[in-house]
Amino acid sequence: MNPAAPPSRAGASVRAVQDPFHGDLLEVSMGPHHPSTHGVFRMIATLDGERIVRLKPVFGYLHRNHEKLGESTSYLASMPYTDRLDYLNSMTNNWAYALAVEKLAGQAVPERAEHVRILLAELTRLLNHTCLAGFLLQDTGCSGTPLMYAFREREAILDLFEALSGSRMMCNFQRFGGCRVDPSPAWMEAVSALVGRYDRFLDEYEELITGNEILLARTQGVGVLPAALAINAGITGPMLRASGVNHDLRRVDGYGLYPRFPFRIPLGDHGDTYDRYMVRMLEMRESLGILRAVLRDLPGGPIIDPKAKLRGFRPKPGEAYGRIEGPKGEIGFYLVSDGGPNPYRYRVRPPSLINLTVLEDLCLGHTVADAVIILGSIDIVLGEVDR
Amino acid sequence: MTAMEAIEQLHARLSARFPDAAPTVVLNPGPAAQHSLLVPATQARAIAEFLRDDPELQLDTCSNVTGIDWPEREVTETVRRTVTEPPAADAPPGTAPAAKVVEEKVRRVVPGHLEVVYHLYSVARGHGPVILRLRTGDRGEKVALPSLTPVWRACEFQEREVFDLFGVVFTGHPDLRRLLMWDEFRNHPMRKDYVEPDDYEWEPTPHDRILAQARRHYPVPPTGSGEPAPR
Repeated sequence: MNPAAPPSRAGASVRAVQDPFHGDLLEVSMGPHHPSTHGVFRMIATLDGERIVRLKPVFGYLHRNHEKLGESTSYLASMPYTDRLDYLNSMTNNWAYALAVEKLAGQAVPERAEHVRILLAELTRLLNHTCLAGFLLQDTGCSGTPLMYAFREREAILDLFEALSGSRMMCNFQRFGGCRVDPSPAWMEAVSALVGRYDRFLDEYEELITGNEILLARTQGVGVLPAALAINAGITGPMLRASGVNHDLRRVDGYGLYPRFPFRIPLGDHGDTYDRYMVRMLEMRESLGILRAVLRDLPGGPIIDPKAKLRGFRPKPGEAYGRIEGPKGEIGFYLVSDGGPNPYRYRVRPPSLINLTVLEDLCLGHTVADAVIILGSIDIVLGEVDR
Repeated sequence: MTAMEAIEQLHARLSARFPDAAPTVVLNPGPAAQHSLLVPATQARAIAEFLRDDPELQLDTCSNVTGIDWPEREVTETVRRTVTEPPAADAPPGTAPAAKVVEEKVRRVVPGHLEVVYHLYSVARGHGPVILRLRTGDRGEKVALPSLTPVWRACEFQEREVFDLFGVVFTGHPDLRRLLMWDEFRNHPMRKDYVEPDDYEWEPTPHDRILAQARRHYPVPPTGSGEPAPR
């Protein structure tokens, strides 16, 4: 290999390196503009032949110091910024932030708002997992069709978000003590219609994909994550459950009104890429069950606590850590108040970043093509990784 | 059990186990009532391992690691003090001195420090958070705290982030590099006294405004110091 080879056009560059133990190795720098990295993420993989012997992630290409921005604006003004963290799941980001501020200020939330929050969070989960299924298939090289099937359904959910909040992805919907808009009965009808037909989409998608021999060959046994490592490394969300750990914050913390709505927690047996895919497919079915129950039980009443203070909001000195089960894992906000109008400290606990802790462990011994799928199954969004 | 009782119980257990380096309880005055334990840096690793391995606690995961910058500040506190006044001159002899409670405003300077906060949870037992705080002595360039990454790998990237943005050096971290800023970056942007540079995209245009900015940014070294002249 000529060390001075020009960088390839696919977003990866290679160079030869020497290692006293392994002899000639090849360093492949994938990203930050490689299409498989789901954004501006970079992996420096060192290859011995075709096998990865070292893999170092490089972050920060989308860093804009979100936390400093949060500390220089008022509590409410940070709400639209949280949309931009994990830009697929703005509704759950909003909820996590609202939950943390409500803990900090001791703010109550009316029942109707809690129901609407669950409704939107579960729609977001559908949206995220649908997208992931499409992206993962794209990463395996199944170009186009599955992703477009997934995006068709995603657009249907985004249309609902747009009708409710005015924006497809940057919803800025939750407020401290409730929600911004009261959904109309017509909107509820539209959600019912979507929930009613979503099972059929999942059936269709699974029939096309889940049993597919190529998908099985590419994902089963690839990137196995042992349960003990997953817990120690702070892995959360579907990735943790794919390793067989029964841990879902909707059950463990019971935040919001989740204890009222029964659902099952799908668990994986092997912790491989296939399990991470499958757990998400099964979680979508459970989300549909929760959605049906919420639509049935939705009470009337105010959508936001009438005593909630929107302007001139100054929580008493103290601190709070609030977390929810986002579609990607535990998204948490840690806030420290000194009694002023801005948070003294505003911290986002990003599930995408912390789930990447084990990326190297998962990829060791696999090929570059497998690393792409493993990264896809971790499910990252760079807006949240780099903040 | 209330949050207060829980933290008292945990504090009692840790004090019995680590009599030389007992943590102190830091109360959270807000409605969240998430109290925390201030752990002496020398014993942080041992305490963390105890919290992880203790069968009753089993705090097997560290959810969140973050830093907080506390610059030096002056606080005014109201202190109640009992003073004894000598009996008045016309009082009958033998009168006991009268005790009186007075309130005084005391100003005191809290020295600046950096704080690293760990939120621990137990996946196995489903409880938490137990919040640990570690404090540095001052806000200098090379302030060090022990790394808890060997105890919980979840801390790996988050401690790198605290190192990057707050400038806390974690001793014992396996791979302590900047996480979000580039390696050549010199400052720590999340510190409260951070001033952002005004020359990200330096253009050597001879306009007065730009030159004035440059002079502010690169003060002219004393003559004969051997330092290169500002750009």
